[in-house]
Amino acid sequence: MRFKTRNFDTSSVALSTEDLSVHLPDTPGQPQVLKQIDVTIRQGETVCLVGESGSGKSVTSLAIMGLLPEALKVTEGRINLQDRDLLPLSRAQMRELRAARIAMIFQEPMTALNPVLRVGGQIMEVMELHTQLPAAERRARAISIMEQVHLPDVERVFRSYPHQLSGGQRQRIMIAMALVLEPVLLIADEPTTALDVTTQQQILSLIEELQANHGTAVLFITHDMGVVAEIADTVYVMKHGEIVEHGPVEHVLRQPQADYTRDLLASVPSLSPRPARPEGDEIVLKVEALNKIYGGGGILKKLPQTHAAKEVSFTLTRGRTLGIVGESGSGKSTVARCIMRLIDPTSGRIMLDGQDIAGLSRNALRPHRKKLQVVFQDPMRSLNPRWTIAESLIEGPLNYGTPRSEAMAEAARMLTVVGLPENALKRYPHQFSGGQRQRIAIARAVMMRPDVLVADEAVSALDVSVQAQVLKLLEQLQDELGIAIVFITHDLRVAAQICDEVIVMQRGAVVEHGTAAEVLVSPAHAYTRSLIEAAPGRMWDFQNFKEMPEVTHANPS
Amino acid sequence: MSQAPQPSSAMQPVLRVIGLPHLGIGPKIAALVLALIVAATILAPWLAPHDPLTMDPLVRLKGPMEGHPLGTDNYGRDILSRVLIGGRLSLVIGIAAAVVSVILGLVIGMIAGFFHTADAIIMRMMDALMAIPAILLAIALVALNGPSVGSVIAAITIPEIPRVVRLVRAVVLGAREEPYVEAAIALGSSTFKILTRHLLPNTLAPLIVQGTYILASAILTEAILSFLGAGVSTETPTWGNIMAEGRQFFRIKPDLILYPGVMLSLCILSINLLGDAARDMLDPRLKKRAG
Repeated sequence: MRFKTRNFDTSSVALSTEDLSVHLPDTPGQPQVLKQIDVTIRQGETVCLVGESGSGKSVTSLAIMGLLPEALKVTEGRINLQDRDLLPLSRAQMRELRAARIAMIFQEPMTALNPVLRVGGQIMEVMELHTQLPAAERRARAISIMEQVHLPDVERVFRSYPHQLSGGQRQRIMIAMALVLEPVLLIADEPTTALDVTTQQQILSLIEELQANHGTAVLFITHDMGVVAEIADTVYVMKHGEIVEHGPVEHVLRQPQADYTRDLLASVPSLSPRPARPEGDEIVLKVEALNKIYGGGGILKKLPQTHAAKEVSFTLTRGRTLGIVGESGSGKSTVARCIMRLIDPTSGRIMLDGQDIAGLSRNALRPHRKKLQVVFQDPMRSLNPRWTIAESLIEGPLNYGTPRSEAMAEAARMLTVVGLPENALKRYPHQFSGGQRQRIAIARAVMMRPDVLVADEAVSALDVSVQAQVLKLLEQLQDELGIAIVFITHDLRVAAQICDEVIVMQRGAVVEHGTAAEVLVSPAHAYTRSLIEAAPGRMWDFQNFKEMPEVTHANPS
Repeated sequence: MSQAPQPSSAMQPVLRVIGLPHLGIGPKIAALVLALIVAATILAPWLAPHDPLTMDPLVRLKGPMEGHPLGTDNYGRDILSRVLIGGRLSLVIGIAAAVVSVILGLVIGMIAGFFHTADAIIMRMMDALMAIPAILLAIALVALNGPSVGSVIAAITIPEIPRVVRLVRAVVLGAREEPYVEAAIALGSSTFKILTRHLLPNTLAPLIVQGTYILASAILTEAILSFLGAGVSTETPTWGNIMAEGRQFFRIKPDLILYPGVMLSLCILSINLLGDAARDMLDPRLKKRAG
């Protein structure tokens, strides 16, 4: 794999922080949020700040922007932008600098743009605030920067509102706004995390292209080691508000010095699929020609229809894992929700242990619910915040007539199985971390002894180290109890690590179906290939600190 | 980064409202004033120096004097006694209207929010109810049934119900999409259990706030209805009745209107201040801004 690592020793320093420390002055004990952060970014360089959630990477960027929340205070250090210390500057002076000299793009472009103003006007507004340019000139420059970020049909997009654009297009608008005044430094805070992998690839190469043309220094904040491998010149690894390691990207990935960096890299799931387990002969779930069509109602006029799932079929035997992968809008969650009967399929059969549940009424379905459980993506919302963990865990068993004392004993046992202390039973969800809550959600599902567990992006909201643990837990439970798992994910790395079989979906249809090895190593369909090619850092074996062994892709003829 | 504190039990929002130490000085005074008014009206039979209905032709329209601390009205009835006793019915009607509209609105709103099929029908009916003005409805009901407490409560409650329904429906519509509700469906929980144990607690905080506004506006509407003669029969004193009667002697003796008016205003002001304080405490968005 070719790393970017270029030499910037001769370039001038765009931004440096020296001993930057941030505290929470009003919290008892005055906890330190950042401890003596030293970061140097040179002209034209891309510096990646990586770390898991809570490591302080976003606080660093906000401190540089002068946008720290009220509760946080910089207690010592300097932030130099081209040799000018930013910390003593007044609010008004900082406002002058922002956008003009330092610009920032965020994770969620929809919330960063004003929904009731046309995007062209929003780009022009940046110039209006910071320059004396006449309106015609402002417009010309807005059009020009929109062309540079490769937006299609620029005149139309200029007059569009944010909701009329796709996520990728909105992020391009954000980049255009950030770069229109040619800032010295661009801070990108997880700018591609909310985007599909193919869009992410386009945005990353766009940032790279603009950086080359404008010589902007880029501070790129991410949790994704794959992205780091693709774009970084220099990497700073953060943990608990400290920089534990920094250096050129190749050096950090090849010979990580700090233990934390090694752990972090080792938990990045590998893209090379694990061998599939043998297929059993007990079929627990069989989906035949499942269709889901949204819309189409309407009394006077037929409303437009969306075919969210088209003729989806698969079988799943006991103890195996089937992955459904695809980008947003591919219909993978629709399939999951149809199987769970959270929504009603338009047509098709869902055979659960030989019984078709696709058309059953709510009441007729109840006895079957037991065999079919679900784990959702968002660990913050998947447990009732007002219930103790015990109440959540025993909800299901109580519904099916298990006596309370028996259910409580089982809940206590289940908690230890998923690796939580027994005293967690009396506590509330907000007292746990995201990973712990996801374990609780898994425990709640497994309390029912299901035959099939549907995991809808169950590890996508977790940090990689936690992700690895939760995947291991799922596998362990699967081995012990013979649960079959339908694993919905957009992350090919995760799919490679947990799935025996993989289905690739695009616009509601299954485009490829086979074992994980077949689909991920020698994809037959162009869409699967484009997904794999867009996976950042796919040429690097993070766990072993070296290049991936060359794999021979099946050559489509 | 830091997580917003989350309510750990269904009762916590309620406890937080009652947790007076967190209140600013305005709401504290309001709570005190309201407590005094409520206590005075509850204890009215013992506090009132006279029977509010006993007439004494010898002391008509007198100012403050021995035995009549606030003076007397045009029939020689004791004003203080009338204001104290009159407050009872005003408050009872206000509380009854608030409780009935919150309970009915809660039930209807939860049904509308949870069952898609019922939603369209219920909400059109609510739109229709909302178009009825309380005062016209009251006049119609009184014309049909004669003046009674029941008619007044009904007249105030019916137009308030749709507002509660809309509020509850919006909360339920949002909460039913939460993964923990869908997980409960997957766990085989009955619809009744999902509604009462998962969804109902979400509606409590906004309902407490809405309830205080309904209480204040119901007390005011009752006074308006009585003042217009469409309320409770004039034999029973309420703040509105007393003001309606005092209206004719406004030029000679303005305090006939002044005392019940002041009580009414203080009462409504206090309730509204407390409602605002409850809203500030229960609305996480406002809390974030302050923190």
